[in-house]
Amino acid sequence: MSEHTTVEMELEKQEVETPEGMERVRNRRVYIPRVDIYESGDNVILLADMPGVGSDGVDITLEKNELTIKGYVQYNLPNDHDLAYAEYGIGDYERSFVLSEEVDRDRIEATMKHGVLRLVLPKAESVRLRKIAVKSA
Amino acid sequence: MLWQDLNRNGNRLRRAGWPGSIWREMDRMQREMNRLLGQSRLVAPGFPATNVWSGADSVIVTAEVPGVDPEQLEISVVNETLALSGERNLVELGENEKYHRRERGYGRFSRTIQLPFRVAADQVEASFTNGVLHITLPRAEEDRPKKITVKAA
Repeated sequence: MSEHTTVEMELEKQEVETPEGMERVRNRRVYIPRVDIYESGDNVILLADMPGVGSDGVDITLEKNELTIKGYVQYNLPNDHDLAYAEYGIGDYERSFVLSEEVDRDRIEATMKHGVLRLVLPKAESVRLRKIAVKSA
Repeated sequence: MLWQDLNRNGNRLRRAGWPGSIWREMDRMQREMNRLLGQSRLVAPGFPATNVWSGADSVIVTAEVPGVDPEQLEISVVNETLALSGERNLVELGENEKYHRRERGYGRFSRTIQLPFRVAADQVEASFTNGVLHITLPRAEEDRPKKITVKAA
């Protein structure tokens, strides 16, 4: 086996650690998706790698300023084949963030394409107004 | 070679039916893999991470390639070698945009995977669903073991 790669990334999937004494309801592994977050005008954009998750397998919640993304993997394991060599595990995804700015929760947009979640978080009107006021001063 | 070692132990992984939850089964396989690899975590030697499933007359290679346009994926097979290459595009930010966090990788990648047998290159099938690549590689006809029936004398 040889490889050549110019992709700069940590290659292992990182698993979510379940606190001691806690048990997960679902009997699956849970991984922490890798994310990019960037600010673009009045929006904050979040991209998360969740291979195996389709558009109907995403669950996004915003409680106060805590944003949680969950991705439920849809997977068909090959029939009549045995796993002979493994480099990655299969499981769901989960990660939470604390947002520093207020977000207009009614206008959050989520799209899933090629296993990547794209979340557009528009800044709340109050935050934007405050910014406009600063600009005109 | 890792592949050959694993292949030798492959029969241990043979499952009896498909009992209970598919995920429990997956977990069990993963534990088995970890034990075989002598480690508690799975580490990919390159991008993309791949899993290999072996069957009687074919091998299935799956790879996690989130965010890669399937049209930019190149798959080629020569004899017993599978080559995978492609590119994951970087999001170019404008002047007024800035990153808060950046963990996802990007760029060109290529990998070759040694297969346990010669492949019928014209029968290779690949599909791409939700960022997961799934390649089925049938064993070449001339490479399949021949069954010999013993004639009663």
